[in-house]
Amino acid sequence: MQTTASHAHTSATDSAHGHAHHEPGFFGKYIFSTDHKMIGIQYGVSALLFLLFGFFLILAMRYQLAKPGTAIPLVGPLLEKILGKDMAAGGVMGGDLYNSFGAMHGTIMVFLAIVPVLFGAFGNYVTPLQIGAPDMVFPRLNMASFHCYFLGGVVMFASFFTPGGAARSGWTSYSPLASVTDLVNRFDGQTYWLIGMVLLITSSLLGSVNFIATIIQLRCRGMSWMRMPFFVWAQFVTGFLLLLAFPPLEAAGLMQLMDNLFGSSFFLPQGLVVDGKELGVSGGGSPLLWQHLFWFLGHPEVYVLILPAIGIVAEVISNNIRKPLWGYRSMVYSVMSIGFLSFIVWAHHMYLTGMGTKVATFFQTTTMMISIPSVIILTALFISLWGGSIRFNSASLFALSFLPMFGIGGLTGLPLGFNASDIFLHDSYYVIGHFHYVVAPGTMFAVFAGVYFWFPKITGRHMNELLGKLHWAGSIFFMNCVFAPMFIQGFKGMSRRMSDGGTTYFGGDVAMGGDPGVLKLNNMILWSAIGLGISQIPFIINFFSSIFSGKRVASDNPWQATTLDWATPTPPPHGNFVGEPVAYRGPYEYSVPGAKSDFSPQSEKP
Amino acid sequence: MEIPYTYKARPDTGLYNAKVGIWLFLASEIMLFGALFSAYILLRVTAPAGFWPDLALAWPRGLLNIPIGTFNTAVLITSSVTVVLAWASLKMNNFARFRVYMVMTVVCALAFLGIKSFEYNDKFSHYVVRLKDGKSLTGHIEVDGRHPRFWNFDDQWSVAKLTEKKIEKIKVEVDPPRDINGHVKKHEGHGSDAHPAQEVAVSDIESMGSYTPATHPFFAVYFLITALHGLHVLVGALVLAYFAFPGAKMWKSNPEQFINRIEVGGLFWHFVDLVWIFLFPVVYLL
Repeated sequence: MQTTASHAHTSATDSAHGHAHHEPGFFGKYIFSTDHKMIGIQYGVSALLFLLFGFFLILAMRYQLAKPGTAIPLVGPLLEKILGKDMAAGGVMGGDLYNSFGAMHGTIMVFLAIVPVLFGAFGNYVTPLQIGAPDMVFPRLNMASFHCYFLGGVVMFASFFTPGGAARSGWTSYSPLASVTDLVNRFDGQTYWLIGMVLLITSSLLGSVNFIATIIQLRCRGMSWMRMPFFVWAQFVTGFLLLLAFPPLEAAGLMQLMDNLFGSSFFLPQGLVVDGKELGVSGGGSPLLWQHLFWFLGHPEVYVLILPAIGIVAEVISNNIRKPLWGYRSMVYSVMSIGFLSFIVWAHHMYLTGMGTKVATFFQTTTMMISIPSVIILTALFISLWGGSIRFNSASLFALSFLPMFGIGGLTGLPLGFNASDIFLHDSYYVIGHFHYVVAPGTMFAVFAGVYFWFPKITGRHMNELLGKLHWAGSIFFMNCVFAPMFIQGFKGMSRRMSDGGTTYFGGDVAMGGDPGVLKLNNMILWSAIGLGISQIPFIINFFSSIFSGKRVASDNPWQATTLDWATPTPPPHGNFVGEPVAYRGPYEYSVPGAKSDFSPQSEKP
Repeated sequence: MEIPYTYKARPDTGLYNAKVGIWLFLASEIMLFGALFSAYILLRVTAPAGFWPDLALAWPRGLLNIPIGTFNTAVLITSSVTVVLAWASLKMNNFARFRVYMVMTVVCALAFLGIKSFEYNDKFSHYVVRLKDGKSLTGHIEVDGRHPRFWNFDDQWSVAKLTEKKIEKIKVEVDPPRDINGHVKKHEGHGSDAHPAQEVAVSDIESMGSYTPATHPFFAVYFLITALHGLHVLVGALVLAYFAFPGAKMWKSNPEQFINRIEVGGLFWHFVDLVWIFLFPVVYLL
């Protein structure tokens, strides 16, 4: 390990210079880079910015929900000025604006923030390093993938400023609603949304082909399949999910685009009446078809959001408990089972569509089956902790809190998987609480853990521990204060789609079914969300200040980790490794009895 | 820095990188076209009674020209053979013959697209005219000596426009009557005059429109899948043409990688053919 450190600034840079004919300029280095590490950083920065933007959207919405009909302080007048009086008259969020913010919050968080940060950023940066590859297998496709993603993001962002505003039929864009919300503007926000999605799907296609091919072809000598770190396995399965699940959505998107632009009726039934007038279309289409195609992507997508996160957590945890992962092989087989099963559970989002009880029974069964490998993985991670000497740093705190948070998110999903209980809970705040527990304190915490963990490798400097712990404490407290009340609201029957925060239903007399308690929770959620926002300030300060003035790493392997990503110089040069990397052992050989230190790196000769 | 296995096969997988990449890409393409075919099936089996097939118009059977479709199928299959022969010629170190076969492949692709656009054009100028008495006529129309295209289906625009222009009659070359299977009814045949022209008063027309995606979900499916397939043919032809001419420089510098490229391009080309092999019976014959 110390030897690689001494190599870091001499031979590594020499060999990198030897192959590159000229130093790339600004554009070549930062915009048209084909280096997987730069592309990873590009993805990471863009995705974190979109994450912040998506958070601001929901913050404005939460204000409207807590205080319906009042002007949003600070941003209200700005919204009125930019988006017009139809959207935010007097700084009050109108119903249309609420709907469009809601749809775009979902879209941005899923497709522009979480997937890119997990798959695009961490996947790109870490996967080739962990398998000992010099780069991704198709570097130029990798660059094209980022460019498609960025363009898709620009299209999505631009859609806010079109006449009629951004898409406002939910992130699921159910037809026929999505095709009839704006009959005045043909080229409306929904059309932008569809074009943006086609770009994002192209990006993920290029990315997933690249990842899978890289993992198959570029594993270094000795890196057999069962010596791959769990993170790589997670990325591998995720790659297949993106590769195979996204095209049906692309097909559906093209069909909806035809419905919107060329007046076809893929998803429009006969005799559809809008605003008291029969819609002049041929009809004969099927609204259910959209839902099938959408959720055929939508459900594997859920696992795209969680599997790489589990991968990050597995890396951070095994490193910080100084123990091998308990049941590495069962985790690998579980992640493969999840990947397979995730393709046959999609219709559990559709129990209430009237698709039939027999179909519902099938999907209920597969849904229960998929919880088994998920529980195996989580259990293996919990058991790994047993008897470990745990280091509590920012990265490991986030990774450790992932476990219970993801546990809550997963277990609250079971009542939604049974169609009998789902009939009551469907489309209520319970659903929102459930999947946010999976994605917000779950995946997001894994993302933060990953940032704190790999930051020293990427920049050569540590992040500040005090600010990191502050960030963690605020985040975990406020995350729970935001999402736990939603379960209560859901049980009380509060619908997730009401822009007045449920005042219509719960605002009246208690004798008439009113429930001021449910409405008060909206206030609690608003203030907690603001608190959550404030808790991110230490992170933002920490992130930027540490790039320039963080504590320098003492070696190339500051966490004393075993995987190959830490056997590179810091930061890794173009081509990554000094000499040919070889994996001599499994990925998690911590505290091996008889070994000279408590960790035996994969690259260390036995 | 060099990426390993760009053209040499990796020993344990037996594959070079691009081959893994193209197979993965094709897997994704199968899901894309698979979803579109599934959509076709679902739309057709769940269509309201009397809508698909349309009992009154005997739609959509017999709407597409089967002989032309068959010919186009033969053209694409030929191109599949020539692309393999092109690759085999390189393997036998015969560059001149490779180029001949590659040019033949690209010519087949362009012929396919030309024939397809002829079919498209025919549909765009083919109309269904719904009359106020509830009857419908289908056929190519002639208005003021011209054969217009793309008049929307239920939109009153076209009829209103005709009234505004003081055009009183349009001529419809009525299609021969068909049974529900799409076969022309022989016993009602009009001998040599298979397309009797019929004058229709504009005042009798309820609505009219050409055969576009807006007319019927069948056309929506037909145009979407064939257009997407056509796009694949076009891109494939461009890539193969690039290999035949400007990209052929690589034959001198790195013949092994060049042969791999032809193989990968050929795999894509076979996939495009295969989609058509499914597409032809599904939209033309069923």
